[in-house]
Amino acid sequence: MLTLQAVLDGLLLGILFALIAYGMALQWGVMNIINIAQGDLVILGGYIAYFMYLYGIHPAWGVIVSPIIMYFVGVVIYKLVINKVVDRDLFISILATFGISILFMQLMNFAFGADVVLANSGYGTTMLFDNSVTLPNSKIFSAFISIVFAIGLVIYMKKSKLGRAIRATAQNARAAKILGVDTEKVYAATFGINAALCGVAGALISITFTIHPYMGLPYTIRSFMIVIVAGLGNLPGVAMSGMGLGVFEEFADYILGTEFRIGSVFLLLVLILVYRRFKLSRKREYLK
Amino acid sequence: MKNNLILYGAILVFGIAAPFIFPAFKVQLSILCILIILAITWNVQGGEMGYNTFGNILFYGLGMYLCASVQVGMFFPLGEWTEGGGEKTFVHTPAQFFQGFAVGLAVAAVVPAIIAGLIGYSILGLRGHYFAICTLGLGVAAGEISGGIEIIGAGQGFTTPPFPNVDRLEARGEFFYFCSFIVLVFTFLAVKAIYSTRFKLVLNAIRDNEDKAEAMGIQTMKYKIIGWMISAFFCGLAGGIMGGLVGYIDSTDVAFDGREMGVFMVLMAILGGKGTLWGPVIGATLFHIFKEGFWTFFLGWQYVALGVLIVVIVIYFPEGIMGWLREKYPERFGEVVDEADRKAQVTLK
Repeated sequence: MLTLQAVLDGLLLGILFALIAYGMALQWGVMNIINIAQGDLVILGGYIAYFMYLYGIHPAWGVIVSPIIMYFVGVVIYKLVINKVVDRDLFISILATFGISILFMQLMNFAFGADVVLANSGYGTTMLFDNSVTLPNSKIFSAFISIVFAIGLVIYMKKSKLGRAIRATAQNARAAKILGVDTEKVYAATFGINAALCGVAGALISITFTIHPYMGLPYTIRSFMIVIVAGLGNLPGVAMSGMGLGVFEEFADYILGTEFRIGSVFLLLVLILVYRRFKLSRKREYLK
Repeated sequence: MKNNLILYGAILVFGIAAPFIFPAFKVQLSILCILIILAITWNVQGGEMGYNTFGNILFYGLGMYLCASVQVGMFFPLGEWTEGGGEKTFVHTPAQFFQGFAVGLAVAAVVPAIIAGLIGYSILGLRGHYFAICTLGLGVAAGEISGGIEIIGAGQGFTTPPFPNVDRLEARGEFFYFCSFIVLVFTFLAVKAIYSTRFKLVLNAIRDNEDKAEAMGIQTMKYKIIGWMISAFFCGLAGGIMGGLVGYIDSTDVAFDGREMGVFMVLMAILGGKGTLWGPVIGATLFHIFKEGFWTFFLGWQYVALGVLIVVIVIYFPEGIMGWLREKYPERFGEVVDEADRKAQVTLK
């Protein structure tokens, strides 16, 4: 039954990863930047929910409040830093967001302390299959909310004016500009939406798991991994590979031990990249 | 040429005299040497070859662990040493300490170079940002995994053998300073020698257009791997010395410290100007002075300052000091400038 437990845990966890990866794919596809601070935005969103919990508001409301605050945080980051790296080499964006990541990490450490914290939702647990599988209700809740947000965003991107502008800019920024799309605004909104998604995911993580100022980088790496496995703009792929990664992680946790959990995630990234490199090099191509 | 010799001589004399002129700064000077080594070796990949790596920290950390493990393991059981308080039960005699350190350094240089050669074929096949992220993952994975291995101290860290009691109190600082200074001189000369051969041209060709370089019949992979092995060799040496200097190895905070050393080496090379011989040296020196000068004021806020510094340097100063100088005085860099041509140039907007 441990196997079933791990699979279920992994799937529920993976949906959350997929939500973060969706934001990553969005900004990568539209603005051609890789945001190393993605994970730190997630953690910041988590702290917003945690603070609501500290002040006696039920942390589930963080799912609404956190993305609103994070949207503005994202826009501010865009105005200050990201708009200067959009057209440049990808490595510049990696390094610049690495700087933002370090900055956020340390600011969160000052503001919230270095303790591992958890916003207790008090949702209780569900027992399945003669009490052999334990599922905290908060995990089910978080998976449900993630799916709602993901579907909502897909519809928004398809139907709304801004969504169409974002997709047009992703296809060809110059042509979009010529046709009257204010790409600067589109970029700011994209980064804001990405930050808002991170905020939702962070609030859910603070309810289901734990948050800590230095836990950001693994989330970045996970979302990067999910995006390169699924490819840009392939939403079902993002969801599937997110859940696959979640299951992998739970199994690594059970088999290798918790101390190797993060290490195995990073190692998996290296292995996936190397696998794809060898696969492509047969055709004398490389990852682009 | 003559001017250069005088300059090198002056730097060498200053390097040898420095610990006696500034006896209070011996440790800082040693760290400066290590930082310059790391910046120079990063520049071989990031500057000359165009492969922006975050993974050189892997070799640095490996060298650190290997040097300390060999130094202890040659004379005492390693497992008991790291289990706790090994440095109190087992004491190195001076002869044992220096022997162990010498062998340890040799291992710390050779093994990372071999590992770089082994993984090079797989990793260096990636390009651009995939390479950057892959090496970032490699460095963090190494830190996380080494933090779970019992025999090298796991989460509680590894205390390197303390410097043996010799008569002079100053000896420890001077020993480590001269170790790092000699390695620095060795690294600089080696890299300078490499840069004056065809090898550098090949690396630059890879940076400018790898496909074309391949089409011209250059076996790019071979050169990339050799370049990485050279970097790994010196990074390992630097790590080994740093381990002895710090006296304590922790998997994520000292050895595979991607958040500090791993970023520092990139930042120093960019600050000085990538793709130049002197850029990383100047960048590392300035960075270290800035870091030590301001860290004390920023007490506790140093990472905030570091984050801001990264963003500012990367966005506003990506060419670095040497790049800026080159822009300003192109004649000094051997570029032929036609005065009339320069005046005729119009900046396109």
